[in-house]
Amino acid sequence: MKPLPLKLSGLEPLIITPDSNFVNVGERTNVTGSKRFLNLIKSQDYQTALEVALDQVRGGAQILDVNMDEGMLDSAKEMTTFLNLIASEPDIARIPIMVDSSKWEVIVAGLKTIQGKGVVNSISLKDGEEEFLRRAKIVKRFGAAVISMAFDEDGQADNLERRKEICERSYKLLTEKVGFDPSDIILDPNIFPVATGMDEHRRNALDYFLAAKWIREHLPGAHIIGGVSNVSFSFRGNNPVREAMHSAFLYHAIQHGMDMGIVNPTQLEVYDEIPKELLERVEDVLLDRREDATERLLEIADNYRDSGEKKEKETEAWRSGTVEERLSHALIKGITDHIEADTEEARLKYQSPLTVIEGPLMDGMNIVGDLFGAGKMFLPQVVKSARVMKQSVAYLTPFLEEEKKKNPSTKERAKVLLATVKGDVHDIGKNIVGVVLACNNFDIVDLGVMVPVDRILDEAVNQKVDIIGLSGLITPSLDEMVGVAREMQKRQMKTPLLIGGATTSRIHTAVKIDPNYESSVVHVLDASKSVTICSELLKESGKDAFVNSVKGEYKTLREDHERRTGSKKLLPIDKANANQTRIDWDKANIHKPNFTGTKVFEDVDLKELKDFIDWSPFFKTWMLTGKYPAILEDEIVGEQARELFSDATEMLNEIIAGKLLKAKSVIGIYPANSYGNDVIIFQDDSRTDQKAKFHFLRQQSEKRSNQPNSSLSDYIAPWDTARKDYMGFFAVTSGLGIETLLKEYEAKHDDYKSIMVKALADRLAEAHAEYMHHKVRTKLWGYSKDENFDNEDLIAEKYTGIRPAPGYPACPDHTEKRTLFDLLEVEKNTGISLTDSYAMYPASSVSGFYFSNPQSRYFGVGKIDKDQVIKYADRKGTTVEEIEKWLAPNLGYQPKN
Amino acid sequence: MATTPIPVGRRCQIPLSTILRKISELFLSLFVNRLINFYRVDIRKELEKRILVLDGAMGTMIQRYGLTEDDFRGEVFKNSKIDLKGNNDLLCLTRPDIIQEIHEHYLEVGADIIETNTFSGTTIAQTDYHTQDCVYELNKAAAEIARKAADKYTAQNPDKPRFVAGAMGPTNKTASLSPDVSDPGYRAVTFDELASAFKEQARGLMDGGADVLLCETIIDTLNAKAAIYGILELFEEKETELPIMISGTITDASGRTLSGQTVEAFLISLSHAPLLSIGLNCALGAKQLRPYVKSLSEHSPYFISAYPNAGLPNEFGEYDQGPEAMANEIRSYLDDKLVNILGGCCGTTPDHIKEMAELAQNYSPRTLNEEVAA
Repeated sequence: MKPLPLKLSGLEPLIITPDSNFVNVGERTNVTGSKRFLNLIKSQDYQTALEVALDQVRGGAQILDVNMDEGMLDSAKEMTTFLNLIASEPDIARIPIMVDSSKWEVIVAGLKTIQGKGVVNSISLKDGEEEFLRRAKIVKRFGAAVISMAFDEDGQADNLERRKEICERSYKLLTEKVGFDPSDIILDPNIFPVATGMDEHRRNALDYFLAAKWIREHLPGAHIIGGVSNVSFSFRGNNPVREAMHSAFLYHAIQHGMDMGIVNPTQLEVYDEIPKELLERVEDVLLDRREDATERLLEIADNYRDSGEKKEKETEAWRSGTVEERLSHALIKGITDHIEADTEEARLKYQSPLTVIEGPLMDGMNIVGDLFGAGKMFLPQVVKSARVMKQSVAYLTPFLEEEKKKNPSTKERAKVLLATVKGDVHDIGKNIVGVVLACNNFDIVDLGVMVPVDRILDEAVNQKVDIIGLSGLITPSLDEMVGVAREMQKRQMKTPLLIGGATTSRIHTAVKIDPNYESSVVHVLDASKSVTICSELLKESGKDAFVNSVKGEYKTLREDHERRTGSKKLLPIDKANANQTRIDWDKANIHKPNFTGTKVFEDVDLKELKDFIDWSPFFKTWMLTGKYPAILEDEIVGEQARELFSDATEMLNEIIAGKLLKAKSVIGIYPANSYGNDVIIFQDDSRTDQKAKFHFLRQQSEKRSNQPNSSLSDYIAPWDTARKDYMGFFAVTSGLGIETLLKEYEAKHDDYKSIMVKALADRLAEAHAEYMHHKVRTKLWGYSKDENFDNEDLIAEKYTGIRPAPGYPACPDHTEKRTLFDLLEVEKNTGISLTDSYAMYPASSVSGFYFSNPQSRYFGVGKIDKDQVIKYADRKGTTVEEIEKWLAPNLGYQPKN
Repeated sequence: MATTPIPVGRRCQIPLSTILRKISELFLSLFVNRLINFYRVDIRKELEKRILVLDGAMGTMIQRYGLTEDDFRGEVFKNSKIDLKGNNDLLCLTRPDIIQEIHEHYLEVGADIIETNTFSGTTIAQTDYHTQDCVYELNKAAAEIARKAADKYTAQNPDKPRFVAGAMGPTNKTASLSPDVSDPGYRAVTFDELASAFKEQARGLMDGGADVLLCETIIDTLNAKAAIYGILELFEEKETELPIMISGTITDASGRTLSGQTVEAFLISLSHAPLLSIGLNCALGAKQLRPYVKSLSEHSPYFISAYPNAGLPNEFGEYDQGPEAMANEIRSYLDDKLVNILGGCCGTTPDHIKEMAELAQNYSPRTLNEEVAA
């Protein structure tokens, strides 16, 4: 009998019907099966651990197995923590969870965290019938499906009869005594290794197949699962043979009734592509068809060890298609080689340049838009497509002008104005949005960076734009956006307002921006969302529904927010101060720097910086998620990532060879002591003349026991300890000279390269900061001169000491940058300047502090209360209102106005 | 039900009065069980016959009385150190007269099922008012008030039996969402805390005579799973069961619950409970809710309930859809046979329920979906 559907759920349903294909359970989030995952959990690198889970989902896992069984781990706690984190990642939580543990209390802990209907892996009769029934009843009360292993009081079932006997007994207990729905029962009749050389293992695979068949015939409704990789255990190290064995095993097991499997999809060969000879010998083993099956497989196994790669040559076959096909191909593949010739051919054929744009070019771009929307194309590809489009349009423009003269009433495309707000210089994201929108037939008016509100609104009116989009990366830009919304309201404008950029959020838009503008305000999460949102906003009919639903959504968000912030408890600042990081200053070993004062590095060699680049964020800029270098091998985005990476390396080499960008930096190390939450910087070690004073904020949220309320001032020895402590400072840039490159690319309509060079300059700036920090630790300050870390360790911040930057979570006040800039004379020494909002120009610059204390950690200040703001304003000698303006995102209360 | 044998004869050390009390308890509980079983069968039978109408908003009605802090405090809480106004559930103890009157307003216009005034009646939600210690009494009293009102109307017209649904709100904390954006792994409440809070609430509601338990306005399915866990434990202890009604909330046009589930995933996640019905309420008006009710109706093997808000809130956050307008939107639910139980949530009044009850009379209920097994 065919199984009844097994219904599971994460955020979305998973219904396994008799017609479903084999269900694949992701098994990389298992500490017993993956050393890498174990290390991630041990080092509490949950962010990367979540990426492992996400990779599984992206790789096609339909259920996610999570296992934390390791002696050194508090398994129940790790299970809870990890599943709680998964719950906040909708892309992972989409699929059902399989809670996997040999410890019952870990399973229960897992079940208490999943809102969907998951699977328990597993229970068995090992501890007797009573315990089996008790557990099964609890599983049912939690509403999970259950895997029951063929394991009883006498041990694991290792032959056909025992497999049948235990499976039947478990099934009957579950259905008759506990009232389990048969379709919620998943039987595991044990997959054991074959070809081990031991006679008693010869029937292991065959007995599994026969047991599966018997279950299907005798235990109606039940599902059958197994851990496939066990079967090939004796061929560890020979992946091609293992992969062939897994596929052949699955092929037969599925035919016999297995319908779920725990298997690594990257370890599967396509059954039809297994070489004939190998397949035959593998199947001899699996089906126990010959006495000498194992020997015969061993004989040839070595011939199949990784057998080189086969690379196909790119054909130029596409050149033989029609002109429409060629244009479309060039757009989708991003090939510019023949675009002018093809465009000219199309122009002659269609007799009108506009028809070429609206016809074959837009058709091609629509395909690109659709593929992007469906997740089948990735951002770098889209930007390349746009480059092809732009070049083609640029070719047609003179003809268009001529046509316009003849026929002035041509219909205009919808216009979107984009601008990075005043005080902010970051525009990579904005440019990407521009490209993606342009690909979708929007006319883009890009006002660039640091655009004051009046100019944005005047241009919007003059150019009759249909939508205004604002972008910004640093936190003060959020306030600037609120200002734009207010001004639009004052001018009684109706134009929809889009909000985007790394620090913006749906909640900020809902709470702070939306209430200021009666017409629509929409937060755009990333470039991929911009097209749908713009289209919705410009629909002839039905746009009101969209506008209202967004307004309604924001209203609910606001109300929720009010409720939440109302209930969130902040400690009085005195109490928070009392709970500072405990450092035993009497015993602390403070390393006297090898030099104090300021040092300028005029021309840092980019070649040296190259090795310090952290590539992962580079891919993120291009909306490819994953960690470098694993991303290059990623099943879904890998190919794209490789191509992007090769383009990036090529450009980077050009930049280095031609010295197209210049890197400059300044660092300073000075005597310092903390005084309350301030740090005083002295002219020299006599510590008599104060040179500068930095003001830090302290976390005020209630902490779990033993957790301090941190402030960066904690990491510097207090004045009254009489210890001689030091603090370091830096400002680096790698973006000098970028304008020349940008102008060149813009002239060629090459957005791809323009975005690329900015993204690279950003990476070089970060690498520069990393490089200088390394130099400071090992030489200039020298407190860690024996450290020996590779780049990965550096990215993982394994070194001693930290380098937090003003404006970032540990010290969110951007205005402290002014003091830092004065101290190091940054403008004069490096050419980096500060904007009104304290953004650095060029954008690819980094500045911050060095703390050397081994206890120093990165943290986020989070929400602070008014009592701290009052004191902080007093310390800085400014008004509370001024502080509230700059720290708006951190306020845990509603300031007046 | 008591199972320990009662010792008899001369060696018995237990006073006669205790024995008599035990016997009466035994009989009483047998009687109550019978009664409950009688009703349970009855509500299923009624649901097969006709569309049952649930009452409308309680809060909207309470507002009309313009109650003061003193009304909320009554005698019981006169020494409370914090303001209790707004803690509507307390009125079951301090102004039972008003609560019963509101129930009767709804029964008068034709409601078949009335909800107890216990939306926030868990230790978790009551902690905000420091009134968590009276949760059992509160729920029991609430069920008794509703019971009295319902029985009065059943007695008037036995052909139209009225039912009491013990209302269990979502609490103000979520088990699968972190209230702190910067700490996504944090949880303000645990599964165990929720399960035991809901169990306590359900105990009060059962002892006060509720016919069914209604877990409503579910924004986080894990909270509802904890509720079910607690309720099933309670059923086992009491050796008796009540039908369970489930009602989730789709927060916006995304078509998902606040905790991110689609309607179908929501249904699957809760299907392990002995459900009488599953449905949706709150957040949306009838028009916006319809597609999700339809989806649920297509996939559910249980009866379907829907009690939307009186439209979407206007710019002042008020619900201003009138009874007729709402009934007009509800009509398509009935035309397409989507529901078995209909009612109103935020902003609905006896006038809305009256329109709905009159409308529902002319339609036959949705038939149970035999093809989709639970």
